[in-house]
Amino acid sequence: MSAASRRIFPGFNLSVGYTLVYLSLIVLIPLAAIGFKAGTLGWETFWEVVTTPQVMASYRLTFGASLLAGAINAVFGLMLAWVLVRYNFFGKRFIDAMVDLPFALPTAVTGIALTALYSQNGWVGQYLEPLGIKVAFTRLGILVALVFIGLPFVVRTVQPILEDMEIELEEAAASLGANRWQTFRYVVMPILLPAVLTGFALAFARAVGEYGSVIFIAGNIPMVSEITPLLIITKLEQYDYAGATAIAAVMLVISLLMLLSINGLQAWTAKRTGRGR
Amino acid sequence: MSSLSNSRFERSSAAREPRWVKWTLLTISLAFFGFFLLLPLISVFAEAFRKGWETYWQAIVEPDALAAIKLTLIAAAISLPLNLVFGLAASWAITKFDFRGKHFLVSLIDLPFAVSPVVAGLIYVLVFGAQGWLGPWLDEHDIKIIFAIPGIVLATIFVTFPFVARELIPLMEAQGREEEEAATVLGASGWQTFFKVTLPNIKWGLLYGVILCNARAMGEFGAVSVVSGHIRGFTNTIPLHVEILYNEYNFAAAFAVASILALLALLTLAVKTWIEWRQQAETKAAPIIEKQK
Repeated sequence: MSAASRRIFPGFNLSVGYTLVYLSLIVLIPLAAIGFKAGTLGWETFWEVVTTPQVMASYRLTFGASLLAGAINAVFGLMLAWVLVRYNFFGKRFIDAMVDLPFALPTAVTGIALTALYSQNGWVGQYLEPLGIKVAFTRLGILVALVFIGLPFVVRTVQPILEDMEIELEEAAASLGANRWQTFRYVVMPILLPAVLTGFALAFARAVGEYGSVIFIAGNIPMVSEITPLLIITKLEQYDYAGATAIAAVMLVISLLMLLSINGLQAWTAKRTGRGR
Repeated sequence: MSSLSNSRFERSSAAREPRWVKWTLLTISLAFFGFFLLLPLISVFAEAFRKGWETYWQAIVEPDALAAIKLTLIAAAISLPLNLVFGLAASWAITKFDFRGKHFLVSLIDLPFAVSPVVAGLIYVLVFGAQGWLGPWLDEHDIKIIFAIPGIVLATIFVTFPFVARELIPLMEAQGREEEEAATVLGASGWQTFFKVTLPNIKWGLLYGVILCNARAMGEFGAVSVVSGHIRGFTNTIPLHVEILYNEYNFAAAFAVASILALLALLTLAVKTWIEWRQQAETKAAPIIEKQK
């Protein structure tokens, strides 16, 4: 089969060759440098570097905040997608377009804007401060930034599935005596679940690696509010290339695992909804 | 990407929530949207103009800011065409031919999105830096890549690598191969088929990918920050310049420069929405053309 279809169109060697060369030069070979550099450390040193208390604290913070932000986005992203697909209201087109703002707004701008909002005399911070809630320069600030950057992932994965959903299913459930909540819980949700989980995983993966929007608002106190990507930067600034690479290797492995599970989730979504990828 | 034509949901009484549920959901999600998305955007402009037009303008026309704008434009101008050509080649390779490992290749193309921007910057330091693989050789030949413009360009290419390809692959997959096959059978050469059949079919998807690529290229912070060395007026892009001003407590200037990037983001969203409407209009018109055939 492959030989025959190859012959129909010209350009097999050119397009596949160019793709592989460009991919290798820009992505694969440089990424392999992490493996080689980390390999020169030796297993014991490597393990020591990536498990120091400071690094361990940064993993807990990074993964904890990313999980929480992903969960918040799963709930509110689903709600926003639902409202955008199912209801008509004033300003809907505007909101639909603006949902992608976190994709378009540079992370450094997000970072300084959130910091200004939530700092002691910011628009939001001045009302939270008297209540004893500190957001800027705390872990809560990191969470706020990660919620911002993750929201579109959930909305944009759930929205198309909701749009394609057959209304007849819900009508059938209603005519069989299900109330609206039962219909949602037992008919709608099982169809949406893989998409919600995919959106959650995408938001989580993005949050784990996020740097720009977080460092401004985090306060960056070692052991308390220092995220893992920042540790890599700190080590680089101290010319500790081996240490930076070791931590980067850990993050890279986690990214690859996330990529694999997201691919799996997308396959599941396709199966559940009968949509091609 | 949404059609926003939801009349079928509004019409069916079986698929409708009680009024109070609808209003609660609307209120909560709009409040969430306003608070978490809109408010930060508005605050960028409010902070930028806090000290008036004069300060705003001064912050933007200052030489270091202009140098940063210039470097950002250079980085985007180099990375955009390169990733555009790659996107076209990759999507042609993947959608027009069947070969082993195709799905794996698609996953590899997505890889740069999965990698933290900081790691993206680090890999180039490991290859081209003073202690990197090519470091000694580059040093001998007096070529500077890290802490210089080529490093910034490379990091930008990396983080924007998948945008065009991932927009085009599903699009060309959905369009199938029939039209190109017809052109080939009728005697068109490969390039003729590509320029006269494929390209017109994918123009909106292509434009879509390019503007997203551009927005990321101009706004990238983490990866560029690692390779830049932060040399003011020389290796600072706009986002890095914003960081420096902010860390110097020069907030008005930082937000003024940041507002350029925020405007760019708004422009990107506007063009993106416009493309989506054009696409919808064309798909609605498509069945009529089909019948005429």
